[in-house]
Amino acid sequence: MHTKDNKTYFMNGVKGGIPIALGYFAVSFTLGIAAKKAGITAFQATFMSLTNVTSAGEFAGISSICAGVTYIELAIMQAVINLRYMLMSCALAQRIDTSYPLYHRFIMGFGITDEIFGVSVAQPGRLSPYYTYGAMSVSIPAWCLGTCLGVVLGSVLPANIVSALSVALYGMFIAIIMPPARDNKVVLGLVIISMLLSSGFTYLPYLKNISSGFRVIILTVVIAGVAAILFPIEEDAQDE
Amino acid sequence: MNKIYIYILVMAAVTYLIRVLPLTLIKKDIKNKTIRSFLYYVPYVTLAVMTFPAILTATNNMYAAFFGFLVAVILAWCRKSLFQVSITACAVVFILELIL
Repeated sequence: MHTKDNKTYFMNGVKGGIPIALGYFAVSFTLGIAAKKAGITAFQATFMSLTNVTSAGEFAGISSICAGVTYIELAIMQAVINLRYMLMSCALAQRIDTSYPLYHRFIMGFGITDEIFGVSVAQPGRLSPYYTYGAMSVSIPAWCLGTCLGVVLGSVLPANIVSALSVALYGMFIAIIMPPARDNKVVLGLVIISMLLSSGFTYLPYLKNISSGFRVIILTVVIAGVAAILFPIEEDAQDE
Repeated sequence: MNKIYIYILVMAAVTYLIRVLPLTLIKKDIKNKTIRSFLYYVPYVTLAVMTFPAILTATNNMYAAFFGFLVAVILAWCRKSLFQVSITACAVVFILELIL
């Protein structure tokens, strides 16, 4: 009964995925450059990007592999850096159209990145897996291609173009959070508080020693947790 | 040199499990109001935390990045599309970096 809509959802996902793909290309290009410096081949780096699809995790992974850490250490580090995906996965689990069979969740799970999650969760009403597939279909190849070209081409792309492209991802995050912030004062307040506290954790002594992965986890749990207690959402409000 | 593939597969396995476990284990709608509210707020807080101040150090010039950020916030507030917001932010940074 979904077949008619699936194509529309998929194409909407592709549209949402294009800015992600642009941003990914720039970020993964710099990832490729880092991989090359660590002595990782283009094939290995591309294989890593295809199987991991995570910027912070891969950057940390490259330097860990370079330093020759144990497999256990690497596994723990990846778990901590990528723990935020678990929160996103929980949030997404509540949004997926439950009439789709379970296997879709195993495929969608592979595509939970900050950005693909961001556009997926921003969809009004129940989420169709095909929207997420559409976003994945353009952004993951761009992530892999950028990584590969980063290793092979290194510094061929002018530095100012790489620099400008690297704000694309953040522009996308902003485009996701601002419209709901305009409509909902609580969300607006949370966005402002999140940015202020994040700045504090980035620049203040002691606090700045916390890794960026941990910073995201701590602030998300604390801020969203306090907000959930102080400003609970009424039933069904989030589907509108 | 096969060791590197084991490293990559360890990373991939851990990352996939983290992503897929909640998605497949939590199939029913959560009824608890506080948990629902928490999950509703999570994406906005996470994305806000990751955007600022990280955007300032993403480019070669902090001021260019800050103006890119401001322009993106204004356009997004006016409900411009993801693509328009992103591309305009990139263009602002590109032009300002030529001048500054």
